[in-house]
Amino acid sequence: MITKRRKKELTGWLFVMPSLIVFTLFMFLPIILGFWYSLTDYTGLSDQYNFVGLSNYVKLFQDRYFKVSIKNNLIYAGLYSVLTMLLALVLATLLNGLKRFRKIFRMAFFMPYISSMVAVAIIWKMIFNPNGGPLNTVLLNIGIANPPKWLASTDWALIAIVIVSVWKSCGYYMLIFLAGLQNIPETLYESAALDGAGKIARYFKITLPMITPTIFLNLVLVTINSFQVFDLVNVMTKGGPGMSTNVLSFRIYYEGFKNSSMGYASAIAYFLFAVILIITGFQFLIEKRWVNYD
Amino acid sequence: MIQTKSKNILFYILMFLLALIMIFPFVWMLSTSFKFDSQVFTTPIEWIPNPVNLNNYVKVWTEEPFFTYYKNTIFVAVGATIGQVIISAMAAYAFSALEFRGRNLLFSLYLATMMVPWHTIMIPQYKIISQMGLTDSHYALILGQLASAFGIFLLRQFFMSVPRELMEAARIDGASELRIFSQIMLPLAKPAISTLVIFSFVQVWNDYTAPLIYLNSKEKYTIQLGLTFFQSEHTMQYTVIMAGTVCALIPILIIYMLFEKHITNGMVHSGLKG
Repeated sequence: MITKRRKKELTGWLFVMPSLIVFTLFMFLPIILGFWYSLTDYTGLSDQYNFVGLSNYVKLFQDRYFKVSIKNNLIYAGLYSVLTMLLALVLATLLNGLKRFRKIFRMAFFMPYISSMVAVAIIWKMIFNPNGGPLNTVLLNIGIANPPKWLASTDWALIAIVIVSVWKSCGYYMLIFLAGLQNIPETLYESAALDGAGKIARYFKITLPMITPTIFLNLVLVTINSFQVFDLVNVMTKGGPGMSTNVLSFRIYYEGFKNSSMGYASAIAYFLFAVILIITGFQFLIEKRWVNYD
Repeated sequence: MIQTKSKNILFYILMFLLALIMIFPFVWMLSTSFKFDSQVFTTPIEWIPNPVNLNNYVKVWTEEPFFTYYKNTIFVAVGATIGQVIISAMAAYAFSALEFRGRNLLFSLYLATMMVPWHTIMIPQYKIISQMGLTDSHYALILGQLASAFGIFLLRQFFMSVPRELMEAARIDGASELRIFSQIMLPLAKPAISTLVIFSFVQVWNDYTAPLIYLNSKEKYTIQLGLTFFQSEHTMQYTVIMAGTVCALIPILIIYMLFEKHITNGMVHSGLKG
């Protein structure tokens, strides 16, 4: 006879069973399997492969393409994170100050985020066209004689990717900032205004400290995302010109699916995972120093 | 008084300019899609094409299998969304209303998967799904979407806010858990479920990397993959490419305009979707 307690346990597990099956097959198992592949010379073409220990990880640091991809990815991550955070905060602050038409402006700022990466990559590829594209037409018109060649230039291609990424995703972070800003009690500002604090002083003394939890959340999300840029790169530049937009996730795809070295690609994939874990862990470690939760 | 008023107007003008910059690429896309090739790169930019060329859209829909792309994408999106909603809702109910050993551990494990970048599990997931004989199949794309920690989290948050007394009363009346779940909780959770439905649909519609690695034959392509293929085939025909891009974007933009509130609320309350 099944006791009441046993029945309760069983019902719980029955309800989680479908999710447990898909999570095991498509999440937990791949996480373990991926690490196992990274220790083998698996090509992906045949089912025969050998255990090679850590040699894929050793190879990483002799691989020119991999080293360049780290450098590019760090530059991208730094620029993208800082610019996205700043722009999102500015947009949210401006929106928060609006009395009318707030919804329409919010929609306009958020539209790039909801659009597909592929579509915006294709549009921007044309906007960046160095010969007659609308961006350089505007730049020429305002007196810049030699506008950059953007995606055709090894110096500017990565910057171009950063520009599109910031434009595409800042609307999302703006929304989170906006929610944070709207949670600040009005009374705080009133008492500060009575004390004679000006608008700018109030912003730095009240607004920013009050939204540090939101800033922290956004910072964590933005850095995680900054190491996962792939669609834009693959559609706009395929890692080029030269190696100038070659980033980590592009390397994984390239080594795994184009170069038939899935074992080696898995090592890069795990390196990427480790980088994200370390950076996020570090952010949580120093969180207490500057985030206030009262 | 007058000073603050003019300050206000300046402020709105600034906002308007910013908004214009943000939507400039979309305007350019739309305008280009109605042009002839010779009108694309003119100085100054010709915002309203004169003459208007509708032929680009005709080309997209007749020379390219955009109908098939739409059909394929809708099939995957509907399949993945239904699967995700059922699986997530059941798990969310277990995590919020039922008690069993290992519950919190399992929930934390699910949540932890959100930290794993998709590119890290891309290769092994591809291998597992290939082993099931599903390469070049839409089912591969559907299966890959099913393990959604985001969906479980979103619905669990909602179920937690439902008063416990409601469930207790039903239990005392002798209702089974399945009945409470399907006849009380699911109908109550309509707003949260519609948020999840919209999210899942938009995500599948916009997905590029999974179709790229799983699909080989052109007649199986989803809209984003079809669009990149289309682009590589018409490299120099900007007007036609832009017409194709408009067609790939329009459904999502319409969904966005219709369900703006669901989308923005879902984003803010989850704070998790990147």
